[in-house]
Amino acid sequence: MAILEVKDLKTYFHTRNGIVRAVDGVSFSVERGETLGIVGESGSGKSVSCYSLMGLIPQPPGRIESGQAILDGEIDLLNCSEKALQGIRGKKISMIFQDPMTSLNPYLRVSTQLIEALRIHERLTKKEALARAIKALEEVGITEASTRIQFYPHEFSGGMRQRVMIAMAMITHPEILIADEPTTALDVTVQAQILELIKERQKANNSAVILITHDLGVVAGMCDRINVMYAGKIVESGTADDIFKRAQHPYTIALQRSIPSLGSKGSPLYTIPGLPPDLSKPIPGDAFAMREGIKSGGKWDQTPPPLVQVSDTHWVRESDVILPTLEEVLDVR
Amino acid sequence: MSVEPKLSPSESRLPDVSVDLDNIESGTSLWQDAWHRLRKNHMALISFWILVFMAVFCFVGPFISPYDHRDNDLEQTLLSPHLQHPFGTDDLGRDQLTRVMVGGRVSLGVGIIATAVSLLIGVTYGATAAYVGGKTDAAMMRFVDVLYALPFTIFVILLMTLFERSIVLLFVVIGAVEWLTMARIVRGQVLSLKEQEFVEAAVSLGYSTRRIILRHIIPNVLGVVVVYATLTIPSVMLLESFLSFLGLGVQPPMPSWGSLIKLGADNMILFPHLLLIPAFFFSLTLFSLNFLGDGLRDALDPKSSKD
Repeated sequence: MAILEVKDLKTYFHTRNGIVRAVDGVSFSVERGETLGIVGESGSGKSVSCYSLMGLIPQPPGRIESGQAILDGEIDLLNCSEKALQGIRGKKISMIFQDPMTSLNPYLRVSTQLIEALRIHERLTKKEALARAIKALEEVGITEASTRIQFYPHEFSGGMRQRVMIAMAMITHPEILIADEPTTALDVTVQAQILELIKERQKANNSAVILITHDLGVVAGMCDRINVMYAGKIVESGTADDIFKRAQHPYTIALQRSIPSLGSKGSPLYTIPGLPPDLSKPIPGDAFAMREGIKSGGKWDQTPPPLVQVSDTHWVRESDVILPTLEEVLDVR
Repeated sequence: MSVEPKLSPSESRLPDVSVDLDNIESGTSLWQDAWHRLRKNHMALISFWILVFMAVFCFVGPFISPYDHRDNDLEQTLLSPHLQHPFGTDDLGRDQLTRVMVGGRVSLGVGIIATAVSLLIGVTYGATAAYVGGKTDAAMMRFVDVLYALPFTIFVILLMTLFERSIVLLFVVIGAVEWLTMARIVRGQVLSLKEQEFVEAAVSLGYSTRRIILRHIIPNVLGVVVVYATLTIPSVMLLESFLSFLGLGVQPPMPSWGSLIKLGADNMILFPHLLLIPAFFFSLTLFSLNFLGDGLRDALDPKSSKD
C-alpha cells in the first residue's frame, strides 16, 4: 500500500491580482522505499504541492482548496490539526531544502539543531540524542563527527551543510523524505555525492523520497517514477523508462530536447519558446498550447485535456501541440 | 488520531553506535560562547568590570559610608574635596560621595529595570506579532501606534497620579513606554527572519510555534536587541532625571545622578567639583555601556569568533 496518497490537491493563492492556481488538481502516490521525481519549470507548482503536504504554505494568501493526502492509509495531512501535524513533521515526513546556506540556523550549534528533533519526537535524553546525532553525522560522511558536531553552520562548506541537513532530516528515520531541489545550490561535483547519499540513506531507512527538481539529469539517475508538471497540473507520469524512452506529451519531449548535450560543440541549443502561462488568469484548455510560439491543432483550446492511461504505469495528458523544430525555434529568437 | 512512535526497520540496526557516551564534548550554551568571545575584547571586558564596580560602589557603598545622604550639616556646606568628605559637600552640607553612591543606585536601577521591562515586553510582543503575521500582526502593531501617539509626559503623569508614587512604579512606567520602539525593531527583524529557510526547516521538523520563536528566532535578533538595549539604558537614565526635574520622578532629598548634575550645574562656576564628579560617573557608565553593547553584539554573533 502506498505510504502517501495525494488526491486532487488544489492550492490557490488569493493575491491582489487574482487567484493564482499554483497547484490545480494534482494526484500522485508514493510507495515505501520508492523515489518519486517531480519535474517542471519554475512556477509549475512542484514545490508548492509538496509544501502543501507539509503545511508550509503561508495562509493567507495561500489556501488549500481541495484534496486529500493520506499518510499511511490513516491520516489526512490536509485536514488534521496543527498539533497532529507537528507530531508528523520531522517524525514521519522530513524535508531537505534547496539552499543549505540558509536552511541551518546560523546562531545555533549543529549539535543543538540535530538533537532537537530527537528530543521532541523520541523524548531521548540529551546524551542519548547527542550520541545518535554524532552517529547520524558519521552516516552522512562527516569525519570527526564528535568534534565537528559542536561547530556552527558557517564553519561548514555548502556541501557539508547539505550533508548536515540530510542528517537532520533523516535522524528520526522518517518514512517520507521530501527533497526540494537539494542539489541546485551546490556545484556539480558535490551534487552527485549528495544524490548518492540521499539514495543510500533512503535504502538504509527504507524511506520514500519525493525529489523535486528541474534537472532531468538528476531525475533520470535517481527516480523510480516521475511526474512532469506544467502550470499546476501533471502532464505526464510514469516510470523513468516511460518518461525518458517513451515520452508522449510534447512538453516532456521538449524538456528532454532542451538538455544541452556535451558532444555537439557549437551547435545551437533547443529551447521551448515563450513563457509559462500567467496562473492568475483562468486557463480553459491545454496550458501548453497557450504558450507563445507553440502551435496546436486547437482541439483542447477551450476544454481541459484529460489524463489518459497508456500503459500500466504510464499516464499522459492529451495534447495536440505540434512542437516547433530547432530551425523554427531559432527563427523566433 | 494518534501518531504512534513506530520504529522504522533500520532502527534495529542502530545499536552499533560507536560513540563513547562519556567522552562527548559537552555543548556550551549561547551565553557561555558569548562570554568566551567577549573575554577576547579588551574594551568590552574593561567596560564590563567598570560596570560591575559601579554596581558594587552604588549598591554596597551607602552601607559602608559613615554619612547618610539626607544628613545635612549647615556648618559644612559647599566644601571642596578633603579627607572627611572625599567628594566635598553640597549646598546643604551633605556628603557628596554618599549622594553620588545613592544617586547611582537610582540611576542604575532605573536603567536596568526599565530596560529589562522594555526588553521583555518589546521582544516577545514584536516577535509574536511578526511571526504570527496577518491580522494579528496588524492589530498588535496598531495598538503600538496608538500608544506611540499618546504624549509620553501626560501618560507618565497620569500613571504617577493614579497610583501611589514610588520609585519602582517610576521604573516600570518608563519601561512600559520604552518597549514600543523595541517591539517595532524586533518585529522588523523577525519579519525578514521568518522568511529564511531555517525557519521553514524548523517547521518541517515539527517544532511548535512557541519553540521556533524562542529557540530559533530570538537568538538571531539578540545582536540588534543588545545594541538597542545599551542605547536604551542611557536614554532611560536621562528620562528619569527629566521626570525628577518635573517633580514626577525621584523626590528630594533622594538624589539621582541626573538631579546631582542639575544641582552641580547651578553652582558650576564656583564649585566645579559638584558638577564634574557626578558627571564623570554618569559618562563613565554610559561609555562603558556603549562599549559593552558593541562587544556583546560581536560576541553574540557566532561568525565573529576568531578562535
